[in-house]
Amino acid sequence: MDDSLRELYQEVILDHSRHPRHFGPLASATHEGEGHNPLCGDRVKIYLSVDDAGRIADIKFEGKGCAISQASASLMTDMIAGRSVAEAEKLMDGFLHLVKGEDATDLVGDDRERLDIMAGVSAFPMRVKCATLAWHTMKSALEHGMAAKSE
Amino acid sequence: MMAHAKLRTVGAFVPPRADFEILSREVYGKPLVYLDSAASAQKPRQMLQAMTAFAESEYANVHRGVHFLSAAATERYEGARETVRHFLNAAQADEIVFTKGGTEAINLVAASFLAPRIQPGDEIVLTVVEHHSNIVPWHFLRERHGAVLKWVDVRDDGSFDIDAFDAAIGPKTKLVAVAHMSNVLGTVAPLKEIVARAHAKGVPVLADGCQGAVHEIVDVQDLDIDFYAITGHKLYGPTGIGALYGKRAHLKTMRPFNGGGEMIREVTRDIVTYADPPARFEAGTPPIIESIGLAAAIDYMTAFDRAAVKAHEASLLSAAREAVSEFNWLRVVGDAPGKGSILSFETEGMHAHDVATILDREGVAVRAGHHCAQPLMERFGVASTTRASFALYNTRADVDALVDGLRKARKILG
Ligand SMILES: Cc1ncc(COP(=O)(O)O)c(C=O)c1O
Repeated sequence: MDDSLRELYQEVILDHSRHPRHFGPLASATHEGEGHNPLCGDRVKIYLSVDDAGRIADIKFEGKGCAISQASASLMTDMIAGRSVAEAEKLMDGFLHLVKGEDATDLVGDDRERLDIMAGVSAFPMRVKCATLAWHTMKSALEHGMAAKSE
Repeated sequence: MMAHAKLRTVGAFVPPRADFEILSREVYGKPLVYLDSAASAQKPRQMLQAMTAFAESEYANVHRGVHFLSAAATERYEGARETVRHFLNAAQADEIVFTKGGTEAINLVAASFLAPRIQPGDEIVLTVVEHHSNIVPWHFLRERHGAVLKWVDVRDDGSFDIDAFDAAIGPKTKLVAVAHMSNVLGTVAPLKEIVARAHAKGVPVLADGCQGAVHEIVDVQDLDIDFYAITGHKLYGPTGIGALYGKRAHLKTMRPFNGGGEMIREVTRDIVTYADPPARFEAGTPPIIESIGLAAAIDYMTAFDRAAVKAHEASLLSAAREAVSEFNWLRVVGDAPGKGSILSFETEGMHAHDVATILDREGVAVRAGHHCAQPLMERFGVASTTRASFALYNTRADVDALVDGLRKARKILG
């Protein structure tokens, strides 16, 4: 098989997309956002519960989409929970660099290792939007509170 | 390629692959298998050469100069109009308006024909299979003029029930707008009957022929249709050009679309009067070189026995349909009798985009997504489908590559 395909659809990604973590609504949400990829019609909803100290106490997602967008959302929610808003945004910047094939040296250690499974997306420019949808939606949810939409 | 050479003959028709240079290229080191002609068709050398030859030796602006070249270019441009007239069997060439595509042709009808006739509460009948370009212009009239959109449904196999049109067309209906062929399901609408039912109630009909004109033989007089829109790039022609057929009696009463050069009779500081159709609707310098390309593309495709081309495409569709029926994880969306050569399907546990990405790496180009037909996706309860569409240059080897690619996708994702 084509190596880039093997990397794109590696087992960890397929596992995340088949068994997404943190899937479902979040009753305690303080922020929520809805993202839409007009190219394929995929939608994702992100719910966040941010405490007074600016820490993301909990995060969940709902939606339907391709393996890449589902895995990315699942992995994101797994990694974001417990971080501060500033840390979450920094992680997002690193992630965006990674999937766009840009310099991602700001992404280090454990974060780098875990997100590395998404690095294969950079070989598929038409699919970068699938990978970034959940992240952009999270960011606009953090910026707009309870009524954010992201295209 | 040997595989193609061996399989060239299907029925009586031999796919003219050598005319399409691009079909011999590779992608990712694999031979290109182009199954996305419903999005845009590839270009035959004859069409490209006609555009180049015209641009190199006869080009000038049209309807403007008195000089030799302008007269020659004008003659060619009007000649292209005559080619489109003949293609659609319109009665007169001045019933053919050149536009920049199918989308603009439909918008022209919405803005110049229907908008002035709409009172709040008036109805426009359209169908759930429509492409966004035959939906959004009517939404504009809903938003801006208070029109009400009435939707005709299809059966579960994607076919139309003619009585559903009767039920939808009422005393307030001002237009019926329907795709001649669905770009997702392949369903061919019973246009002649729809027109008969609509006319019985005094309602005009517009057909979106962007797909239909590619595969069906169109006779606007026999259909007695009021408007018929086509787009050049799906007809093996260039981008940037399409055409609207409109009955002369309608075009004459319609107000201008865009304002600019060519579409006027006289302009003063105080008043403006407008040219007769079709010039009234062709403001500005038109797509001149593209008109030559469109005419050449029509000449190219009509030089084949079109019934044989249709039979060839139908044989590819049925071969693909039969092969995928063995996949119990695949559901075909749209199985109407007599449908055109478009195969849309949903794959269990596999998103259309992932399937298309894997096919792509096998060299197989398909479309994945909502195909600019979101109401239709909603009707069939799917977010997206994968779509393979067959054109005159496709072969059984292309079908085999699609089926092999699908097996591979299942192996990776399933
Ligand atoms: C059924 C149908 N109608 C309209 C269009 C719009 O054509 P164009 O984008 O060339 O204006 C398309 C193609 O995209 C189509 O498939």
